[in-house]
Amino acid sequence: MSDETLALPGDALREGVVSALRDALGADLLDSLIKPNDDVWVRVSGEAWQQAGRVLRDTVGCDYFCFLSAIDWMPSPYGKSEDDPTAPTPERSTEIVQGYAGGSTRFQVFARVTNLSKHFGVTIKADVADEALAVDTWIPVYAGANWHERECHEMFGIGFTGHPDLRNMYLPTDFEGHPLRKDFPLLARIIKPWPGLADVEPLPGGDDDEEGAES
Amino acid sequence: MTDIADRQKLSYIAAQAADARLNVELETEGMTLNIGPQHPATHGTLRIIVRLDGEQVIWAEPSAGYMHRGYEKLTEVRTFPQVTALVNRIDWLGSFANEVPFILAAEKLMDIEAPARAQHIRTILFELSRIANVSLFLGDLGVQLGAVTPVFMAFRDREHVLNLIESATGGRFHPNFDRIGGLKDDLPAGFITECKQVMKKLRNFCDEMEDLLFGNEIFQSRLRGIGVIPAEVAKQYGLSGANLRASGVDWDLRRDQKLPLAYDKVEWKVWTHPDGDCFARCWIRLQETREATKIVDQLLDTMPSGPVMAKVPRIIKVPEGEAFVSTENPLGEMGYYVVSKGDLGPFRVKIRSASFNNVSIVPWVLRGVYVPDVISILASLYFILGDIDR
Repeated sequence: MSDETLALPGDALREGVVSALRDALGADLLDSLIKPNDDVWVRVSGEAWQQAGRVLRDTVGCDYFCFLSAIDWMPSPYGKSEDDPTAPTPERSTEIVQGYAGGSTRFQVFARVTNLSKHFGVTIKADVADEALAVDTWIPVYAGANWHERECHEMFGIGFTGHPDLRNMYLPTDFEGHPLRKDFPLLARIIKPWPGLADVEPLPGGDDDEEGAES
Repeated sequence: MTDIADRQKLSYIAAQAADARLNVELETEGMTLNIGPQHPATHGTLRIIVRLDGEQVIWAEPSAGYMHRGYEKLTEVRTFPQVTALVNRIDWLGSFANEVPFILAAEKLMDIEAPARAQHIRTILFELSRIANVSLFLGDLGVQLGAVTPVFMAFRDREHVLNLIESATGGRFHPNFDRIGGLKDDLPAGFITECKQVMKKLRNFCDEMEDLLFGNEIFQSRLRGIGVIPAEVAKQYGLSGANLRASGVDWDLRRDQKLPLAYDKVEWKVWTHPDGDCFARCWIRLQETREATKIVDQLLDTMPSGPVMAKVPRIIKVPEGEAFVSTENPLGEMGYYVVSKGDLGPFRVKIRSASFNNVSIVPWVLRGVYVPDVISILASLYFILGDIDR
């Protein structure tokens, strides 16, 4: 293999992505982050979600649809679901802190598309306001978004305006709640509380001594 | 070749025109047919509802979710090293390959890299998983099209590969062998000689398959020109792996991105096929199996010495950040978008599995085909149920 096929996409390409989006969207491009020699994140407003997809496909040349999903940035009120049910619930932080490229809402929709000829991917996020939990569908831009949006709607309760068929994929139709939201408890851990790390029995011929020396 | 291309065009046009024609010319009522969830041709519990007019499919809808295990939720209550035990079970035929992108994502966030020997062994086990996975596909393909012999040959030779994986990892199906910073163990004594012999057997198996199946006239007529997916559509739906390359898109994540794996140290070829039909998809997989045996052979010859584990703290805390790492798994692009908050476990993991995207094209590709072709198309798209539902 020649070095050209393995050539890494330069950061100039990533900056090109950001400037193309800024030209097309203006103030709707809220933030961006380029990690040198690694990846690029952009954040757009919820209203510009579909248009941003079009820009990525047509101007930036990201014609390959990788995935679409959402993140709930609220810290889980259940922690790691390892609480002792008899003890009082410990105090937990409820501060919402978003990740790369910032954010201002609890929910963010994010997707990843790839430019197959220039070998780079873009992660794009959009803020979704709690009051109107919906963005425009990406189906006219990337047909493959159909199932991903259905899954996202089911798991996070985020609507996709213009999606023809937001039926549940996995859960029964009358299922209540959205399982991947942080405030949805992991039911298995409620039915039978987590025994806790202290209960793990030491293995026969325990290997504490040898492995402890390693690190 | 022109002959095939013409046939392909015709069948593609026929498929596109089908539902329009049905509505205009024939005032008939369709019939709904359930394929699955327990039909032998559906690889497990995928249910496909098709609406038929005579022998022609007007409309099709896969109904997934019979095996949803909620791994994305479960990862949020696990620590980073525990997650590999879960993700092993996504694509259970190529389990080791599922662990690698997750571990690489965690290593990327922690800014550590496995030692050269660990990268080498990872790549070898990765390719062995591919061989184990795809050789079963080749056998299974025969069964779905009515040829029983290939599956016995596939199981016979896949057994050798599973034995190898077992000898190295202790597990035949769920190795759970990859660790953040390296591997659990080194290879056992005698692995290299044994592995070379097995690779030879597997190449023989590929030759046998090529003669027995791919040269067979019935096999070709069941697959050639059926289920054509043009490159543009394939990219829009996010098809990956052999399905994408069969549509003529030269894209392989082993070659086209920089990952700490040993693929850049060996000579191998990415196969593509211009046709985009069922035959192309199956043919690409056959070539890839052969290519994988060559990769393994070369890696065994150039194995570096040294440790298989980097220095990592005993209690692994991954720094705050986000990373997406995907690799070219047997089924296609498998990736993890990992969000860490500096905790013992991930804050959110989005699992981008190959089959989910590969199957989402089914409503598009089945429209207008005939009932027997439904089976050919589903077989050639090749999905694992656990990989759709996660």
